[in-house]
Amino acid sequence: MSKSDTLIKINQLYKIFGDGQDNALELVKNGVGKEELLDKLNCVLGLNNINLNIKKAKIQVVMGLSGSGKSTLIRHLNRLIEPTSGEILVNDTDILKLNAKELVQFRQNNMSMVFQKFALFPHKTIIQNVGYGLAVQNIPKDEWIEKATKWINRVGLEGYETYYPGQLSGGMQQRVGLARALATDAEILLMDEAFSALDPLIRSEMQNILLDLQSELHKTIIFITHDLDEALKIGDRIAILRDGSMVQDSDPQEIIMNPADDYVSDFIKDINRARVIQAKSIMTHTKTKSSGPVVQENMVLEDILQIMSDDPSKPVTIENSKGNITGKIEMANLIEGMKRPKSQGTNITG
Amino acid sequence: MDWFFKFPDMSRSDLREFKKSVDFAFTDFSRTYGEGIENFFEPLLMFLVSFEKFFINTPWPLIVLGIILLAWIGSRSILIVIGTFLSFMLIGYFGMWEDTMSTLAIILVATFLCISIGIPLGVAMARSNKVQATIVPILDVMQTIPSFVYLIPVVMLLGIGKVPGLIAVCIYAIPPIVRLTNLGIRLVDKDALEAADSFGANYWQKLFGVQIPLALPTIFAGVNQTIMMALAMVVIASMIGVKGLGLPVLQAVSNQYLALGLMNGLAIVVLAIIFDRVTQKFGLRMQKYRNDGKD
Repeated sequence: MSKSDTLIKINQLYKIFGDGQDNALELVKNGVGKEELLDKLNCVLGLNNINLNIKKAKIQVVMGLSGSGKSTLIRHLNRLIEPTSGEILVNDTDILKLNAKELVQFRQNNMSMVFQKFALFPHKTIIQNVGYGLAVQNIPKDEWIEKATKWINRVGLEGYETYYPGQLSGGMQQRVGLARALATDAEILLMDEAFSALDPLIRSEMQNILLDLQSELHKTIIFITHDLDEALKIGDRIAILRDGSMVQDSDPQEIIMNPADDYVSDFIKDINRARVIQAKSIMTHTKTKSSGPVVQENMVLEDILQIMSDDPSKPVTIENSKGNITGKIEMANLIEGMKRPKSQGTNITG
Repeated sequence: MDWFFKFPDMSRSDLREFKKSVDFAFTDFSRTYGEGIENFFEPLLMFLVSFEKFFINTPWPLIVLGIILLAWIGSRSILIVIGTFLSFMLIGYFGMWEDTMSTLAIILVATFLCISIGIPLGVAMARSNKVQATIVPILDVMQTIPSFVYLIPVVMLLGIGKVPGLIAVCIYAIPPIVRLTNLGIRLVDKDALEAADSFGANYWQKLFGVQIPLALPTIFAGVNQTIMMALAMVVIASMIGVKGLGLPVLQAVSNQYLALGLMNGLAIVVLAIIFDRVTQKFGLRMQKYRNDGKD
């Protein structure tokens, strides 16, 4: 199986909160918007025709402002919320068709979740929390204790096994949350704004822990966030939701270079472009070597600027990870790449 | 305009007939099924009687020892243990030992009954809004109807004795445990439940692993209230033949014996305070994870 295989397929997923859903669904499919629906039928449009393919062993980020439906979407994947219509295929099984027993099985073996507010069990010790997903599968105690201990060590919480969650700091609690999710060896990891409640330093540390674990475990991760920097740091792909609809789903570089609409432009306008845009996104394609130094195609513009500043007149040569030359960048390209696209306005105040 | 000034009530004879038919219907019912119901409660009577006998026949020093031991296990407070010891010595010294033992027996049996019926009932209410909507009005009636009123059908069915007394006490004392179990489970953090769901816990795993443990403080407040209400009901239950501290109080009321009434009344109060303090302390200790996990 190649790494780009699709593991989860979400097809035409709709979620409408409130009574009279059949009527409402009809209206929504005919193009009635969120506010009109609320006026007419007193129903809230949660998700509007979501189609998303999530690749195996990749981190799929889902972004959006509060109320855009991202937490609703992730809860459909393990059916903490039931959809109004649509299908979600995991390994070609429609999980929306699972009966109660199969669903329990599926949750135990295939998917685990990390929550924004940690959602640890306050009356259980750390090791009991981490082993919970195993204990509900009726795995013998010494076996789940052993696995839980391993994961507690892996997230760096040795010695805290018998503590209660209330005795740990927020960052440590979320490590417990992460260990609890990893302990079941589920292939799919759902992370619902998992690091949003943490302060910036701890958040960055947790992101590194996650990336570190991912390089070793190759889970399929669906990561919800409202923080673009976080999305760019960890996402292999980023999907952006607005009012329950999918606005854009693409490569992180693509989101920055070609935002689909003003909403996405708004999202990206405050980021430091020089620090996130990579050479391959702005280079001129060519196979011939240029006069300047050679750099990797995933190098960010800020670093290229540093290199080019020695002799700005010489364009740098870009090569891919296999060492083949793929393009070149001149100083003018750099400036063009760092400035905001026209559609985003200038935003200069003084 | 006559109906405007005089309420259009049913005629006297109709009313008399109505009351008669209700009375006769219930009398018939109790004649036909009374014995069966009595037999049904027979094991309960045996249980209560043997409990009472055990308390009365065990030498008093052993009982006192047992009680202060329980008080220690429950509260871990030397103050409460000393208070308990002194209280029971005084009760015995003033000649109320046997009555106190009878009361203890019925309170313990009533509490046991209320817990074993009340907690499952509360759990069922928390699970379904329909069940809740059905049971809440019944609890309202049980808590507000004057206790003498439900003594009538109970006595008609089962006569005078320990079992009808016990049932009367339970009817009066069970609502708090049912209500607070329901409330406690409904108040359990939704996030924790969602987490349990996401790991594929089934209903029973969620109930016993997450909901009940997190609801325990509230459930325990219910147990505490149930014990308090059972103690309060002891005097009224003595009207239908329950022995214990209530009986002397009843005699004192009808004969204006001030000292007798005060002594026995205060003995009930002392029991109540001991039960209350011990169960509350126990309830607090059960949630040590709330105070940073320190004991």
